[in-house]
Amino acid sequence: MSRARMRGRPLLHTSYASEMALFNTPAKRAWFGALLAVAVALPFLLTDDILQLLALCCVAAIGAIGLGLVTGYAGQVSLGHAFFLAIGAYAAAAISGDPDGRVIGFGVTNMLVWLPAAGLGAAAAGVLVAPLATRLRGLYLAIVTLGLVFIGQHIASEWSSLTGGVGVGRPAATLSVFGYQLAATGAFATRDQKLFWLMLALLLVFALAARNLARSKVGRAFTAIRDRDIAAGVIGVNLARYKTIAFAVSSFYAGCAGALLYTVSGYFDPSSFSLLLSVQYIAMVLIGGAGTVSGAIAGAFFITLLPRLTREVQAWVPFISTQPNEVPNVFQVETILYGVLIIVFLIFEPRGLFGLWVRARNYWKAWPFSY
Amino acid sequence: MAELIEAVLRGLGTGSVYALLALGFVIIYKATRVISFAQPAFMLAGVTMVTYLVLEVSFWVAVPVAALLTGLLALGVERLAVRPMVGRPAFVVAIITLGVDVAVRVVVNAFIGLDVRNVLDPWGLRTVGIGGIDMQQRHLAAFLTTAALVAALFAFFRFTRMGLAMRAAAYDQEAALAQGVSVGTVFALSWGLAGALAAVAGTFAAAGSSVDAALWLIALTALPVIILGGLDSLPGAVVGGLAIGVLQELTATYQNHAPWLGGNVSVITPYVVMLLVLLVRPYGLFGTREVERV
Repeated sequence: MSRARMRGRPLLHTSYASEMALFNTPAKRAWFGALLAVAVALPFLLTDDILQLLALCCVAAIGAIGLGLVTGYAGQVSLGHAFFLAIGAYAAAAISGDPDGRVIGFGVTNMLVWLPAAGLGAAAAGVLVAPLATRLRGLYLAIVTLGLVFIGQHIASEWSSLTGGVGVGRPAATLSVFGYQLAATGAFATRDQKLFWLMLALLLVFALAARNLARSKVGRAFTAIRDRDIAAGVIGVNLARYKTIAFAVSSFYAGCAGALLYTVSGYFDPSSFSLLLSVQYIAMVLIGGAGTVSGAIAGAFFITLLPRLTREVQAWVPFISTQPNEVPNVFQVETILYGVLIIVFLIFEPRGLFGLWVRARNYWKAWPFSY
Repeated sequence: MAELIEAVLRGLGTGSVYALLALGFVIIYKATRVISFAQPAFMLAGVTMVTYLVLEVSFWVAVPVAALLTGLLALGVERLAVRPMVGRPAFVVAIITLGVDVAVRVVVNAFIGLDVRNVLDPWGLRTVGIGGIDMQQRHLAAFLTTAALVAALFAFFRFTRMGLAMRAAAYDQEAALAQGVSVGTVFALSWGLAGALAAVAGTFAAAGSSVDAALWLIALTALPVIILGGLDSLPGAVVGGLAIGVLQELTATYQNHAPWLGGNVSVITPYVVMLLVLLVRPYGLFGTREVERV
């Protein structure tokens, strides 16, 4: 295993197991450890509002990893991520909701119940959609999944006994385990500190699981389908089966992310699950770097922090207004940035933020030589 | 019976708008093998230009000028954002057009603002009646304009040198290139045509009502239309557009027979039809089946 590796030769693997390990080079282990240590320490360094935003980033990253699995790894373009997020969000909110309330609720507030249930509910929807995916390819699939978003939005806005209706909304799921409130200000920590730790821990679990899946037989089947589906079929990859698995796993991630997404703000409305949400997730995967888990996480953090960043930048750029009725205002700049960043990254760095990291790494690896 | 016929006639009117939009999608798809998600933005840009131009000149001048300007805008977008991506996977280019759509629409929305903007069309909500059956003039105008434009387009593709070049490039890009067809010009022209068609479609979509930021959703309805008709079939786009339009109006007229579907179910009818069609015919009614070798 790793002990057998020669010093100073991090890429020399002497066994298959060591090459396929979760962290197959010492550098990856070191970076992962360092980043995790910094992340765990962050609640002591940052203010509560930023922590809340970072908690949201972690949840978005779970969703982005899910989309990354189906779009980045398996190459099936899905514009329907918002649909699966919605299923997860409503399943969780309904299970944990108040049984005597205005909207449907079953009163099971235990997160260990509603989180898997939300994921499985969304995964079931993913399996239902998968037959279309196995029959269609590329852009046809993109349009069909786009149709799902509209159908989902219609159901969400009409079924007001579940969703509360447009403009009203309903409370999100409750973060508690066996009656213990996971995110409530206590003697040790504030609500936002606990929230961040909780979401970070969940992100860690989901990210490691995704990476583990990607290096398994299933993950290799995904990449084979992405690179050339006919060739993959010829060498014995069961296309229908693996596309179904890809959609199911991706939807499971989306469902869990959807369930958690609104626990931070506590309230949500059917109009949240629009096409723009899907585009944001596509942007996360593409700007972060398609086909990598770390890229999806980086992209999710980047896109989720973007509104905040544009507000910070606004202080330096005098002609951008913070008033929504003036032109140009921060909301417009933010939306334009989504579009422009997608275009710029796809044209100049198709590997995304992950590609920028690879470039920097390779530069310093060979330094002071150019290659 | 009159109710049914009137619903069908209304459907033909809205269906004409879808047909024009779908033609734009199909023209771009045939030339570049890419679905341009930027069409909604071009439609919104075109109709917004019309609302500004009609304040200065008559409606009949404003629409062609706006169509021309939108065509130029589409040309510019093609040159800046799409041309550098020639040879890259279609999905990547499609996502770029999605980015273009988001960015352009924000700019256009800033021009639309919060006021009510009208295209000041000569029809309004007036109707013409034949034998007790009323049809709105704007729907009749949309249908006739679409018929004229479709005829002109078919003539263009059939009888002109450029049309021949476009058909050749759609059939086999490399062979066309080898025969001296400027494929770059074909790309540019198809984007320009699609932009202009979108502007006209937008004008008819806004005729008799007003322009707002939500109008772009109408352009997305053209996506189920091209799936129904087949991505690479011009007749399919026209037939699909009219069919979807009629179906949508029929649902809107008779939805009170199925209240459990909820109000406004006609908005999602096209998508439901698309899903059902795809399960039976994955390449649409008139699309060519993709044949691929390893």
